[in-house]
Amino acid sequence: MRLKLKDLPEENIFSSGHTACAGCGAAMAVRNIAKVLGKEVIIYVPASCLSVFNGLFPNCAWTVPYHHTVFENTGAAISGLSRAMKRKGLDDVTVVGIAGDGGTADIGLQALSGAAERNEDVIYICYDNEAYMNTGVQRSGSTPHGASTTTTPVGKLTKGNQDFKKDVPLIMMAHGVPYVATASASFPLDLINKVKKAKETKGFRYLQVYAPCVPGWRYEQSKTVEVGKLAVECGMWFLLECENGRLKINREPKMKNLETYLKMQGRFRHMDEKQIAELQESIERKWEFYKGYADLTQRLYSGSEASV
Amino acid sequence: MRRVVGSNYATAHAVMRARVEVIAAYPITPQTQMVEHIAKFINDGIMDCEYIKVEGEHSSISAVIASQAAGVRSFTSTASQGLALMHELLFSAGGLRLPIVMGVVNRSVGSTGGIWVEYNDSMPQRDCGWLQMYVETNQEVHDMILQAYKIAEDKRVLLPIMICSDGFILSHTVEPVELAEQEEVDEFLPKYEARHSYLDPKDPIGSGIVTPREYRQEFAYQIHRAMLEAKDVIEEVNRDFADAFGRDHSGLVETEFMDDADAAFLTLGTVTSTARGVVRELREKGKKVGLVKVRAFRPYPVEKIAEVCGDVKAVGVYDRSVSFGVGGPHYLEARNALFDSDVPVIDFIGGLGGRDVTEADVRSIYEVLLEAAKTGKAKRNVEWVSTRGVALG
Repeated sequence: MRLKLKDLPEENIFSSGHTACAGCGAAMAVRNIAKVLGKEVIIYVPASCLSVFNGLFPNCAWTVPYHHTVFENTGAAISGLSRAMKRKGLDDVTVVGIAGDGGTADIGLQALSGAAERNEDVIYICYDNEAYMNTGVQRSGSTPHGASTTTTPVGKLTKGNQDFKKDVPLIMMAHGVPYVATASASFPLDLINKVKKAKETKGFRYLQVYAPCVPGWRYEQSKTVEVGKLAVECGMWFLLECENGRLKINREPKMKNLETYLKMQGRFRHMDEKQIAELQESIERKWEFYKGYADLTQRLYSGSEASV
Repeated sequence: MRRVVGSNYATAHAVMRARVEVIAAYPITPQTQMVEHIAKFINDGIMDCEYIKVEGEHSSISAVIASQAAGVRSFTSTASQGLALMHELLFSAGGLRLPIVMGVVNRSVGSTGGIWVEYNDSMPQRDCGWLQMYVETNQEVHDMILQAYKIAEDKRVLLPIMICSDGFILSHTVEPVELAEQEEVDEFLPKYEARHSYLDPKDPIGSGIVTPREYRQEFAYQIHRAMLEAKDVIEEVNRDFADAFGRDHSGLVETEFMDDADAAFLTLGTVTSTARGVVRELREKGKKVGLVKVRAFRPYPVEKIAEVCGDVKAVGVYDRSVSFGVGGPHYLEARNALFDSDVPVIDFIGGLGGRDVTEADVRSIYEVLLEAAKTGKAKRNVEWVSTRGVALG
């Protein structure tokens, strides 16, 4: 049964009073994610915006057990929590790590890979705001091509990020885990149903959630949903789902309006025609790749139930 | 059951007997056999435990911090670079007051070093909020793993603890060890039940919430106070263990011939055995020498060292590690313990990178100490033992 928004409980497991910026895509996503997860859950959050805006001691926005230690160990920490739950016979408790893109694509990639390869019984959620926002908008491996950040500034020699976004969901698919999905704070119905599916799946589950960031991306704070929607429309973000090796594209992008998406945000405003053309080319290649990969895996893993 | 084993086996056996429920560990010389033995125990069905074969030590310590925070008795072990890699998380384990036990097999860290014993892996971790005990024999390693859980889990302590043993000298040298039976361990160390807050969906807590400056200082003070209280707990648990198993390891420090000694030598780890032989030999020759085997480095037994060295005329401190530009870490601790004594305190740095510390070395150390006891002066405060280009004294 697919969830509808009205099926979500009134109560906020991630309660109000947290200190995220107005219009924070991550906070929007986390709130909905938490409602689907319910109370039989343990949350681990590494160093990230979330570890700060979910409250400073003695406050905590989580009404479920919450654990935090350092930056790069989400995969390992949730492994430890999951094994502890197993020892206690608490099979109904879902162990969830929620990390930023820096904590996932960069410094935390090793621990993430280890946990995935061991097929730990956990959900790993990366909220992807495409830079180190907590420390003041530095480039991460997840920063898109062209984006201006404080470490990829617009200067005389180069303008914005010269590299291309690291495809962590694809890396996770390559681990052969039971469930990998991408989602977006701007598509709550798609998001909550992916969280539900993840919750109902055993083994390692990876979700990467697109989370627009007002101060980092520099757009009007009322436009978070709009920015996220445009990202999917133009192909800067794809909504995908990979179950037991079979990739499915949940929403066909229109592959247009890239320029509208870019011009909405201060981080891209400097981009010239050449840079935009390069970016357009890269996302079209990505789109072709995913279509081909989806076809291939649907054929290759048809009927496969076990992890790949 | 008496068996001839190395310290890695002795540790693995004690961990099994302690009914540890989550282990995360990664191999590194000279600790590797420890993770192998545990894997074998589990595969043979004689040990019932979650064993997370992580992809590195940063993850092993992260995982056991999480499992212990969830109220489950946990263990990890490492050596050298592995311990250095864990460094960041050691503060979290201490700060969250988690009674994790870690087997550390000492080995030098960094360039230029190899795979042999030195304490520059564990001693730089002294400020992370972990208790540290150093041992001399494989029997002592085994016994201290069992004691460690009882010390760490005591409500006056609730801090993690590392049991440090000399790489190769203990890990790869076999000797007869009395391996504890399950029933006797169950009586000494009952199955773990967390008596403090832990991550429980029925009773949620936040563990490790970012802490503003209004609170951090008090948390730090509580760790300091627990560390001080741990001194009593170490002594108590040692007595309980001696009652239960008939083996008395003397708690914080063990002394030999200290009643009327003029010159005392403070040791840690296996060099104690070498020094023990030399002290006995010198005593037969009428030399008034004594030996203090320091077992706890954190908390450092300040009062006990001041007490046992109260009437000596010179104190030597053994250091298998260096704090460059000052002297050895152990020397600094001992000097602090003897701050109101006016006898010479001399640091003897040696055995670095696994270099053998010989009886001849220890004889020359005692010669320097007896001379200082006679004159009341040290020629130098820091001596480099058997170091090419350096003359002792």
